[in-house]
Amino acid sequence: MSLTVEGLTIDHGAIRAINNVSFKVGQGQLTAIIGANGAGKTTLLRTLSGLKEAASGSATWNGSSILGVRAEDLARSGIMHVSDGKSVIAELSVKDNLALTGLWRKDKKDVAAATKEVVELFPILGQRMNQSAGSLSGGERQMLAIGRALIARPRLLLLDEPSLGLAPLIVEQIFQTIKSFVKSMDLTVVLVEQNAMGALKIADQGIVLNLGSVVLTDSAENLLNDPAVRSAYLGF
Amino acid sequence: MTQFITAVLTSLSSGAIYALMAIAIVLVWRSTRVINFAQAGQAVLTTYIGYTVIQRTGSFWLALVVAVISGAVIGAVIDRFFMRPIFKRVKSGPIVMIAPVVATLGLLGIIQAIIGFVWGITNQSIEAPVSTGGYKIMGTVIAFSSYNLLVLVFVAVAMLLLTLLFQRTNVGLALRASAYSPEIAKLSGIKVDSVRTLGWALAGAFGGLAGMLYIPGYFLYPNAMDLLLVLGFIAAVIGGLESLFGAFAGGMVLGFAIIFSTTYISPKLFFPTAFIVLIIVLLVKPAGLFAPKKSRGA
Repeated sequence: MSLTVEGLTIDHGAIRAINNVSFKVGQGQLTAIIGANGAGKTTLLRTLSGLKEAASGSATWNGSSILGVRAEDLARSGIMHVSDGKSVIAELSVKDNLALTGLWRKDKKDVAAATKEVVELFPILGQRMNQSAGSLSGGERQMLAIGRALIARPRLLLLDEPSLGLAPLIVEQIFQTIKSFVKSMDLTVVLVEQNAMGALKIADQGIVLNLGSVVLTDSAENLLNDPAVRSAYLGF
Repeated sequence: MTQFITAVLTSLSSGAIYALMAIAIVLVWRSTRVINFAQAGQAVLTTYIGYTVIQRTGSFWLALVVAVISGAVIGAVIDRFFMRPIFKRVKSGPIVMIAPVVATLGLLGIIQAIIGFVWGITNQSIEAPVSTGGYKIMGTVIAFSSYNLLVLVFVAVAMLLLTLLFQRTNVGLALRASAYSPEIAKLSGIKVDSVRTLGWALAGAFGGLAGMLYIPGYFLYPNAMDLLLVLGFIAAVIGGLESLFGAFAGGMVLGFAIIFSTTYISPKLFFPTAFIVLIIVLLVKPAGLFAPKKSRGA
């Protein structure tokens, strides 16, 4: 099972947001897509999860096309998108937020088991079950959003800026947690980040996006260690 | 004293009917962000259907059931085959907010025209299933009957069932999630389009119930529910548009305000009271009395 994107072009109104982008993410691989604000990262993920239409190109998961498929159908087929920043329903309780991805699943025993695992992964959620999601801190919300996605037992996880607006210590914690469950659950992950350093540290592969085009694709290690790349694209 | 008791009881039964209509409006607003003006047409259509059932079978109760079910079906059909295509085609610009609402106004006209064509425009009447004669308190007949009591009981039961559905069932959770954040609901695998249609169906059922409970005190004609639509809309706005409890409370507030002002000051105050209450609420608490709590930060 792999994600293959070829010649993908996406328009955002009159603006070309993504131009002829191609990349491949192998089974069990974590790919970080990095780039400045406005590079088109979020637009790319929204297209892969069915929220946005592509202008041209193709994207296949496990051999079948995912372009033009409705977001809810992609979600049910194991592609979970955790959208940026505040991807929780503030008006609902933590418990209800977590329940959303279990509503349509037939195997209720496994939903219960998955929920238990998520609470073990993020113990703070267990303590906050009956609070409204709107009362959570930024870090807790991010944990809730990721936890909700994991309860669906996804195969492909699309993570949009999990570090957005979080304190450095929490960012570190979130990245480490992502790294650990990705390995233990054998998930394929596309992680979109402005925090290039943090993302590349846990990634296998890195893709640098600039103004809607891919400027570099390499192993995360090589990208991190290349001084030219660091100064030109990563800014550290 | 008798006048006061009568006023309280009548306020409750009037308020209950306004609340039903307000709930129908809120259900559609929450699921599709549309103020459904066609609700008046839908409710009057289902009441005509109920009227026909009574003509054929003589049973008010059977008519009530048929009206509620046909209300649900009509609501679902309108969303699936009329509203959804409009949402699909109208995607950007200021027209996005306006087009669906104008469409419901158009639909209201169409439904009322169809009713006129099928049943005619002369007044019909539906007889109440229980006595509409007022109860006697301390030797005085008051303006509150067994029928008014029945209305109260029905609205209370309907409210209870709706609350249980929303708070205690998976379908209710899907309805709430889709209302608060269609995008997150979709990304969680919830079929938001179907959930929206269900919202319209529930609203249609409540409209059907409202029509059958309201009309026995009045006449049935194509525009018979227009006034109730306006009052239901005001009650929904008073309650904050988002909340079912708010819609219920808004209906009650309106019922008490209207009945008390018409009883104690002047019968002419019926309409002015409704609007005065609305304006006061909008000035004091613009989001409505029961708007949901905002989240921390974001």
